[in-house]
Amino acid sequence: MTSFFPWLILLAPLASATVITVFTLRWKSVSCAISIVAVLVSFSASCWIFAHPNASAAEFVWLDVSPVFRVPLGLTLDPLSRTMAVLVSGIGALIHIYSLGYMREDQGKSRYFAALSLFMFAMLGIVFASNFVMLFIFWELVGFTSYVLIGHWFFRNAPADAANEAFITTRIGDFGFMTGILLLWMTTGSIVFAEIAPRMSMFGGHTTFVAIVALLIFCGAVGKSAQFPLHVWLPDAMEGPTPVSALIHAATMVAAGVYMLVRVAFIIQASHTALLVVAWVGTITAVMAALIATQQDDIKRILAYSTLSQLGYMVMAVGLASNEAAMFHLFTHAFFKALLFLAAGSVIVMLHHEQDIWKMGGLRKKLPITFVTFGAGALALIGCPPFSGFFSKEAILAVDYEHNLPIFALALFAAFLTAFYVTRMLVIVFFGSPRSDSARESRESPAVMTMPLIVLAILATLGGFAFFARNFLELPAEKEMVFFVPVLEIIALIFGVGLAIALYRGRATEPVKIELLRRKFYFDEFYAWLIRWTQELLARLAAFIDRWIIDAGAVGGSSRGTWGIGAVLRLVQVGNLQAYAFLFGVGVIAVIYFAVFR
Amino acid sequence: MVLFTIFCPLVAAVLIMLGAPARKTALAASILTFGAALFLFASFDRSHAGFQHVTSLGISPEWRLSFITGVDGLSMIMVLLASIVTLAAVWFTSAIERYEHAFYACLLLISAGAIGAFASIDLFFFYAFHELALIPTFLLIGIWGSGNRVAAAWKITIYLAIGSFILLIGLILLYQSFPLASRSFDIRVLQSAAAMGQISPEAQRHVYLLLLIGFGILISLFPFHTWAPEAYAAAPAPVAMLHAGVLKKFGLYGLLRLAIPMLPEGARHWATLLVVLLLGNIIYVGLVTIAQKRLDWMLGYSSVMHMGYVFLGIASFGVLGATGAVVLMFAHGLSIALLFGIAGELRRRTGTLAFDELGGLARTMPFAGLAFGFGTFAAIGLPGFANFAGEVMIFFGAFRNGWEIGRMHMFQIATVLALWGVVLSTVYMLRAYRKTFMGSAGEQWRKLPDLSKGLRVPVTLLVGALLCYGFFPQIFVRSVAPIFGRSLSANPVTQSRSPGAVSPGSREQRESASTERGGYTIQQIATR
Repeated sequence: MTSFFPWLILLAPLASATVITVFTLRWKSVSCAISIVAVLVSFSASCWIFAHPNASAAEFVWLDVSPVFRVPLGLTLDPLSRTMAVLVSGIGALIHIYSLGYMREDQGKSRYFAALSLFMFAMLGIVFASNFVMLFIFWELVGFTSYVLIGHWFFRNAPADAANEAFITTRIGDFGFMTGILLLWMTTGSIVFAEIAPRMSMFGGHTTFVAIVALLIFCGAVGKSAQFPLHVWLPDAMEGPTPVSALIHAATMVAAGVYMLVRVAFIIQASHTALLVVAWVGTITAVMAALIATQQDDIKRILAYSTLSQLGYMVMAVGLASNEAAMFHLFTHAFFKALLFLAAGSVIVMLHHEQDIWKMGGLRKKLPITFVTFGAGALALIGCPPFSGFFSKEAILAVDYEHNLPIFALALFAAFLTAFYVTRMLVIVFFGSPRSDSARESRESPAVMTMPLIVLAILATLGGFAFFARNFLELPAEKEMVFFVPVLEIIALIFGVGLAIALYRGRATEPVKIELLRRKFYFDEFYAWLIRWTQELLARLAAFIDRWIIDAGAVGGSSRGTWGIGAVLRLVQVGNLQAYAFLFGVGVIAVIYFAVFR
Repeated sequence: MVLFTIFCPLVAAVLIMLGAPARKTALAASILTFGAALFLFASFDRSHAGFQHVTSLGISPEWRLSFITGVDGLSMIMVLLASIVTLAAVWFTSAIERYEHAFYACLLLISAGAIGAFASIDLFFFYAFHELALIPTFLLIGIWGSGNRVAAAWKITIYLAIGSFILLIGLILLYQSFPLASRSFDIRVLQSAAAMGQISPEAQRHVYLLLLIGFGILISLFPFHTWAPEAYAAAPAPVAMLHAGVLKKFGLYGLLRLAIPMLPEGARHWATLLVVLLLGNIIYVGLVTIAQKRLDWMLGYSSVMHMGYVFLGIASFGVLGATGAVVLMFAHGLSIALLFGIAGELRRRTGTLAFDELGGLARTMPFAGLAFGFGTFAAIGLPGFANFAGEVMIFFGAFRNGWEIGRMHMFQIATVLALWGVVLSTVYMLRAYRKTFMGSAGEQWRKLPDLSKGLRVPVTLLVGALLCYGFFPQIFVRSVAPIFGRSLSANPVTQSRSPGAVSPGSREQRESASTERGGYTIQQIATR
């Protein structure tokens, strides 16, 4: 019986999603209650699993075409997945509760909570997956729930487009991912993580081949964790409700790519080339996103670009073969980024869905709890000691310094940029004087929203201390202390903060406008151009050929009466179709008769 | 019980023509058929792979012709599919303005014909039942269709008549390529004779090509596909559901039932051709689908495109791919029926299916939006739906064919391109959903009524079946895989594998490779 217990973590949210979709779409408060109970069950079960390291889970068979192919559904219960499960279900529970306040007046509340439950199911499935196909199943399912939640306000054009963009972009990544899985399966003969690891030697001397396989697997993470060049969907995904941005597009789902990389690190680490590419993709993303963030005006987009940038740090750490540092940053980032989004959501909802930072200002007095908690999150994000982000970012920078100096320099530059744009946002939103009516009339959010903020603020503050974090994670080994690294980091931080305060204190409009950054390096325009001249062009060409060459060349001609049969057939009217059909049947039987029996 | 599933719709059709209340009789008959199919499915003995519930009725001893019916795992699934889609199609039929009796009778005839073809073990009836189903299809499009219905009816008639004719010649040649002593119409007899290598490789190549083209036209294999979108756009929704969902699968069923097990040498010889054509279905037709500007045409083209995946499973020539092909046939039949059904309801309400005129319908018609959403995500292979299970098996099955470490051979390239096809289908399905159901709704659509409550039954049935077999594909796989396990490994020809085909993989994998004996390499094809 106990071996079924771990499955409860997955099945409770699934049951909730099913019950809401099938039965309680009309009763909004019942739906909320079901969903929250489900996530609390998941959280409690996760904690139980966490406290019982010896727990085991039953294995089911999803597909079995023995001896060729077998897909078991099993749960991996190792320290990594147990920590991740507690993290995901814990933050999930807080965000469910917060959503009660945020989505209070929404018409589609039942649909929203059903999708949140389905998300919990899918995300926890990724966490526990024991093999690649199972991982892929849940991987696609989180993509689906992300689509549903981004498009929650589907009757407006922007969210509808953003939902499509997110799903299609991640599917491009999944194309590579699946190809990688196929290659890996053929080479090692297995899809189960635990079986592949000892068989990596089967790749033998094919170094290029190993690199290709590793990079294809990495493609999945590039799509899901929104790394360069597939990063474009994440900022647009901010069209979804803010709690969704906090849960899915900051704390958990986008981190799934990093989690997956850590889970299958033995594949990436089998190739030096692959590692180097991964590290550089992470670095480019970290710097590029931070640069863009310095010039954005929408509070959620600034946070979205900072998410991209921090994910870049994690991927960078994976690429430098330091899974501990990557997971440590994932862990602290989940707290402070969820916090930042939820606090931003509190600001947004109290300003009647105003997201432009230039229309805010002076909110520290109107929204004191939001301000303090947002501040804690911001300090953690810029890596200010002793907040959690300092420790995890320092761990990544130390690894950079040890392995790759150019990457270290760029990571330091990104840290400077982070300090700059976060301070810019803080100064404009919370200090100065209110710059719009809604900002003047705002007041603090209800307790159902501020409680999760306070809990997350405590976690974001303390989460980085070793006495806390080491209960959950294997922390990066303490090297002989390179004082150099944290000192440089703090210098970068001071420069960033100082520059932002100097530039933005007391301003009511943007003093420096850099078009290249405001337009996000023209990625959207470039992709639109690329799609127009490749896919759309080919599609039109194919449609033209289909209509005017294949169709017209074949029977189209006959039905349009251009040649013999067509002319004859045109004489036959619809009413005579029966007669034709009858003759057709008779003819068939006659042909059989003469051909076979004579 | 098998006979009941065939004759129940047939008798009901006759009764309707004689004056029984059309809709009620048709519904009752399709419910009874569905019940019988479920009973067959439940009582199916999964432990043995042969035909079950066999009944035989001698017609003419001197011609060795008898009416034999029965089901094995493969035909069981097809009968189940046919009965589910029939029920949904009859249920989705809305008020018919003229010749209502004839309309329902035709629908039931298609159903009887399809079920008869799937359940016949006799070559003659296998073919005859399919013809029985085709003729009412033409009538339904020509008489009750919309838009350019006459042209569409003629086009599908001509295409399918030519296809059936080529198929007929192929079947006759197949029959004649057996030595005199083993000629029979009984597919089981033919199969065991073929397994003993009684058809010369020469004959196999010729016959296989004929069957491939004949069945291929019926399945809308590239480049014989242009009849499909036009016919489905013109057809009344229930007809599109039945044809795209069930009747089109007859060709695939035929390939799996006759061509692959009896003509392995032919299959191997023409593998390259088939792979090229199926990539035409997936990539080329996928691109054409993206360019469509109307929902019905888009759905028609998408159903053509998805046939490419089933072909890939068949072409992969192994247990895994073939089983995947069967699961995908079933899943695609249900999902396309759902999509065509909802699209028909939309057309009835809005009078148009052009993307430019639609938008935001999920707000006014939430249930239609939900149901179409299920169909959309099933069609693009979201896990949880049976389509995903089928596609995964096909991809893995095709990819292992002719594998060599560090090299990309024909099947690996084809699989990767087919995977890219998944991205294409995501693009066109999601765009269609976006343009139809999402975004701001036009003023004229603000007052549209949602689907009637009664339609929840067929929608639930279709979605439920998709989810059920998506979550538990093993229910099917258990009874289908053994059939192919037998026929794809019993052929002496296929037992020879070039050494290059076996990867330096694990011991288990080598064992599996030699047990399945399905794969072959591009070198093998080239050297033949």
